[in-house]
Amino acid sequence: MATKVFMEALSPTMEEGKVLTWHKAEGDTVAEGDVIAEVETDKAVMELQARGSGVLRKILAPEGATVDVGSLVAVIAEADEEIGEEIGGRVDDGRAAEPQPQRGSAAERQREDREKPAPTATPATPAARVKSSPLARRLAAERGVDLAGVRGSGPGGRIVKRDVEAAEVAVPAPAPAAAVAAPAGADYDDVGLSQIRKTIAKRLGQSLGPVPHFFLTTEVDMERAADTRAALNALEQGPRISYNDIITKVVAIALRQHPACNAWWMDDRIRYFNRVHLGMAVAVPDGLITPVIRDAHIKSLRDIAEESKALAARARERKLMPEEYTGSTFSVSNLGMFDIDQFTAVINPPEAGIIAVGSITEKPVVVDGAMVVRKRMRLTMSCDHRVIDGATGARFLQTVTQMLENPLAMVW
Amino acid sequence: MAQPAFVESLDPQRAEFYVALLKRMLLLRRFEERAGEAYAQGKIGGFCHLYIGQEAVATGSIAALEPDDYVFAAYREHAHALLRGTSPRSVMAELHGRRDGCSKGKGGSMHLFDVENRFMGGHGIVGSHLPLAAGAGFAVKYRDGSQVVLCFFGEAAVNIGAFHETLNMAALWELPVIFLCENNRYGMGTALERAAAVYDVYRRACSYDMAEETVDGMDVLAVHDATGRAVQRARDDKLPTLIEARTYRYMGHSMADPIHGHYRTKEELEEQKLLDPIECFAARLTNDGLLHDTMHAILKQSAEDEVQDALTFADESPDPDLGDLYTDVYRD
Amino acid sequence: MAILTYRDALNHALREEMERDPDVFLMGEEVGVYQGAYKVSRGLLETFGEKRVIDTPIAELGFAGIGVGAAMVGLRPVIEFMTWNFALLAIDEVVNSAAKLLYMSGGQIPVPIVFRGPGGAALQLAAQHSQAFESWYAHIPGLKVAAPATPYDAKGLLKTAIRDNNPVVFLEGEMLYNLKGEVPEEEYTIPLGQADIKRVGSDVTVIVHSKTLTVAQKAAERLADEEGLAIEILDLRTLRPLDTSAIAESIAKTNRCVIVEEGWPFCGIGAQVVDEIQRNAFDHLDAPVLRVTGADVPMPYNKHLERAAKPSPDNVIEAVKQVAYRD
Repeated sequence: MATKVFMEALSPTMEEGKVLTWHKAEGDTVAEGDVIAEVETDKAVMELQARGSGVLRKILAPEGATVDVGSLVAVIAEADEEIGEEIGGRVDDGRAAEPQPQRGSAAERQREDREKPAPTATPATPAARVKSSPLARRLAAERGVDLAGVRGSGPGGRIVKRDVEAAEVAVPAPAPAAAVAAPAGADYDDVGLSQIRKTIAKRLGQSLGPVPHFFLTTEVDMERAADTRAALNALEQGPRISYNDIITKVVAIALRQHPACNAWWMDDRIRYFNRVHLGMAVAVPDGLITPVIRDAHIKSLRDIAEESKALAARARERKLMPEEYTGSTFSVSNLGMFDIDQFTAVINPPEAGIIAVGSITEKPVVVDGAMVVRKRMRLTMSCDHRVIDGATGARFLQTVTQMLENPLAMVW
Repeated sequence: MAQPAFVESLDPQRAEFYVALLKRMLLLRRFEERAGEAYAQGKIGGFCHLYIGQEAVATGSIAALEPDDYVFAAYREHAHALLRGTSPRSVMAELHGRRDGCSKGKGGSMHLFDVENRFMGGHGIVGSHLPLAAGAGFAVKYRDGSQVVLCFFGEAAVNIGAFHETLNMAALWELPVIFLCENNRYGMGTALERAAAVYDVYRRACSYDMAEETVDGMDVLAVHDATGRAVQRARDDKLPTLIEARTYRYMGHSMADPIHGHYRTKEELEEQKLLDPIECFAARLTNDGLLHDTMHAILKQSAEDEVQDALTFADESPDPDLGDLYTDVYRD
Repeated sequence: MAILTYRDALNHALREEMERDPDVFLMGEEVGVYQGAYKVSRGLLETFGEKRVIDTPIAELGFAGIGVGAAMVGLRPVIEFMTWNFALLAIDEVVNSAAKLLYMSGGQIPVPIVFRGPGGAALQLAAQHSQAFESWYAHIPGLKVAAPATPYDAKGLLKTAIRDNNPVVFLEGEMLYNLKGEVPEEEYTIPLGQADIKRVGSDVTVIVHSKTLTVAQKAAERLADEEGLAIEILDLRTLRPLDTSAIAESIAKTNRCVIVEEGWPFCGIGAQVVDEIQRNAFDHLDAPVLRVTGADVPMPYNKHLERAAKPSPDNVIEAVKQVAYRD
C-alpha cells in the first residue's frame, strides 16, 4: 500500500517548510524511519522521516520548493504499484511544487546544502510535543510563560532559556515597515524571502490585522530641547547626546507617570509594567531590529546615549544577543534622519503603543501673538485600543510634549 | 576400625594438652556438622565450605602460636577462627548473617574476622590473602616485632601468581611468615596432579630458597610439631617456611557441591575416613591410657552443648539494621 | 611561594609525610636505588633508608597485597605503580582486598594505604601504556580516587591521601610531572572530595580532572577571545568522593556543561558526572550535557592518530559552542 509523504510539522510553530535536500532519489528503496529529506523550517534544518517502507516512487516537491505543512511531497509505494491516484490528488494543487525564487542557481543552492554538515538535531518530533530544556521549563513555570506559544531557537526547535526570557517580555520585534529605505537603481530585483523577512512580514500582518489601532499626533516645540542638547554636547566629557536620546529618556519617564500606556495585551489579560524597557527601531541592511534599552526610566541621559549607540552599532553588525532585542514594553521609531516629517508606526505586539518620531524642522509658528521660526517635531503615537483609550493616550502624549518643551522636567 | 601403628608413645606429662587438642577437634567437627544442617534448613546462605576431615591441620598448627601472632586463612575457615578464640556463638551468628556475628553479618561464612584474636580473615579469592599475610609479616619486621604470621591456603592456590610472587618476596625480604598449605587433594573437583606439573607442594620452596616441610595433615601432633619448628624459625630467625600438610576433606567443595562423583569415588572417601584425624587421635590417646570412654563421651557432649548454644544464639540474634548497609564502607 | 614541578611537589609530600609519621613507607619498582622510574621518589632512599623505601621485584599483585597486609595491621604504605597500566595485575588486591576489608570485617579492619603512579597517555607509548583508568577505581565503593592537575593540588592531596584511613587510588599524570606551579613553603593539605574552580565564568561549566585541565584552559582562552564566552573550569581533583555540590552549584550558574576526560567514553567518569547533574541540577539545564573523551579505541602509536585520539582544545571548543547554542 502506498504511503503518502507529507510536509510534516517539524517544529511547534512551523506552518510551511522548504525542501533543502532529498536524501533519496526516485526509485530508491526506503525503510520506515529512514531520513529521506532535509527540510528548513522557520527555525532550523530538520529531518523528514519515512513513515512507510517501499520505493520512493515520486517526488512532488523538488529541492528548493517551499510547501505548506500537510502538503504531499512524495509517494512511497511498492515498485510496481499504481500510484496515479496519489499523485493526481496532489498535482491539482500546483502551488507547492513551485520552487521558491532564490539567490544563485538551484544547482548551487543544492550543492551548498549538501556540503553543510549533517545536522546533529534529533529527528522530527510530533508537533504536539514541545521540546524545551529543563531550565526553560522551570523558568516558564516560574514566570507564567506558556511554552506552547514560544518558538525554540535551540537544536530541533528546542526551547531554551533565552527563548523563554524573550517570550516573557516580548515577541521578537517587528517594526514600522516604513523604516526600510526605498530601493534605488534597477527597476526591480527579485529577491527571495529570507526567514527573517518572512517573520517580519508575518508579525506585521498579525499586528495590523487583529490590533485595533488608533493614532494621536502632536507637534512639539524643540527649541529648549535643542538648547539643552547643545549645552550638554558642549561639555568636554561624555558621549554626544542625540535628540533621540532625549526623546527616549522623556518617553521612559512619561511612561512611569502613565503606566496605563506601558503595558502588554496578553489576550486574556493586560500586563502593566513597573519598569520601562524601551525598544528603539534600528535599520539594518536587510530589515530592522529593535534593540532594547532596559530600565530606561532610571538611566541617565548619558547612559542612554552610550547604550543606544552601542546597541545600534551591534545591531548593524548583527551581533545582538536575543536578550538585547527582546522584552521591550514600549517602542519608539525615529525616521527623522530620513526627513520624514510625520508617519505612523506599527505596534509591536504585545506592546500597546509606539511613538513615531518625525524630523525636526524649522517652521514659522505663532508664539505670544508673534510669528517666529521655531524647531518643531511631530510625534505620532499608535495605540492598541484594547489597552489604551483615546484620552489615556492623549494625556501620556501631553506629558511627553511638555517634558520635551521643558527638558528640566526630566530631572524632577 | 583399622588402627594405624603408632611409632612412639605419647608423653603422659602432656595429657592435658592432648585432651585439649581432642576437645577442640570434636568441637570443630560438631560445629561443621550442625552448620551443614543449618545450611540445609536454609538458615545459612551463600557459599559455605566445611572443614570436616581437615581438623588436625588447623588444630595442631594454631596450637603452636602465641595469642598475638597473626592468622590468615582462605574461605574454609570456620575452624581457624574458632581455634583463634572467636566464640562459637560469634562464628555461628556470622554464618547466619546476624548482627552478633564476628563480622556483624556483613561477611558471612567466607569472611570471618576477629582482630582482637588476631584472626585476619576469611578471604574469598584463591591466593589473594597470601600477599596480605606477607604484608603483616612485613609490618612485624618493620616494627621489630616478635610475632609470626600463619597463613593457611589450599593446594589449588599454589598455581596462582600470588603464591609465587609472595613466597619470592617473603624469602627475599626474610619475613616471619609460615605458609601452610592444606593439601586436601582437590581444588574443587580438580585433583592437584591434574593441575600442577610439580604436585609435591613442599618442593616449590626450593624456587625461593625457603625452608620447607611436609607433614601428615591427619596427625594433629605432627602438624603441631612441624608448625612449632616453623614458628621458631620465624620468630627467632625472621625466616619464612612452606609447610605442606597432606589432608583430606570429607564434604564437597562447598555445601552446594557433591561430596563425590566424577572427580573422586565413594570408595576413596570411605577409605580416607578410616584415617579420620579425630577418631585416630582419640584411639591413640585411649591406647596410651590418656583418654577414657567416659571422658570421651563428656568431651563429645560438651562439644554438642556448645554448638547447640551457638545455634540458639545465632537463631535469636537479630538481623543487622538496614541502616548498617552503608556503614563500614569508609573509615573516618 | 616556591615554584615546583608536579614531580617535586609529590616528592615533597612523600618526604614530609614520611618525616611526620614513621609508619609511612614507600614500596614499588625502582623507587629506591634507581630513584624512581619518573624520579618522584628521588632522594628518599638516602633520607629514609632501605627499611622505608623498598625496591620490589616486578610483581604488582604481590607487592600491592603486601602493602594491603601491612595496612591491615596498622602501617601506612604508599605503593607506587610504575604506571597504572601495570597495576591491572594488582587490581585484585586493590578491589577485592583493600576496598572491601573494612566492610567485610564489619568495621574491624581499616586499610590506610595509598596506591599511586602515573596514569593516562604520554607520547607514542601505544595501546598498553596509554590508558586512563579513573573510572575503573572510582566505580568501587571503599576506594577513594584522586587525580590532581597541578603541583599545588598534587602535594596537598597526596598528603591528605597518606593520612586518610582508607585506600586511596592516586592517579598522577605522566605528562604533568614537569608541570610547574606555585606551592607554598608552609604545611598545607587539601581535603579529598573537594573540587576547585580553576577559572571563574558564567556561560558554560567545563568539568575536568588531571591532564584535561590544561586542555580546557587553552579552550577557555580561545572561547573568550573568539566567542566572548566566559568558561568556568571546575577541576574535580577527587573523583571519589565526588564533589557533587560544587558541580550542581556551577551548573546552577551557567546552565550548561561540558565534561572533559582523557579516558574512554563508555562508562567513564563523565558518565557518572552527567548522572549527578541530571539528578541534582536538572532544572538548571538549558542544554544537554556533552562529554569530550578519549577516542573509543586502544591508543594508536602513530603520532597523528594519537593526537586525534586525545581530547583537544578544539574538541572542547566545539562542545562548548554546541551547549551554548552557538553555531
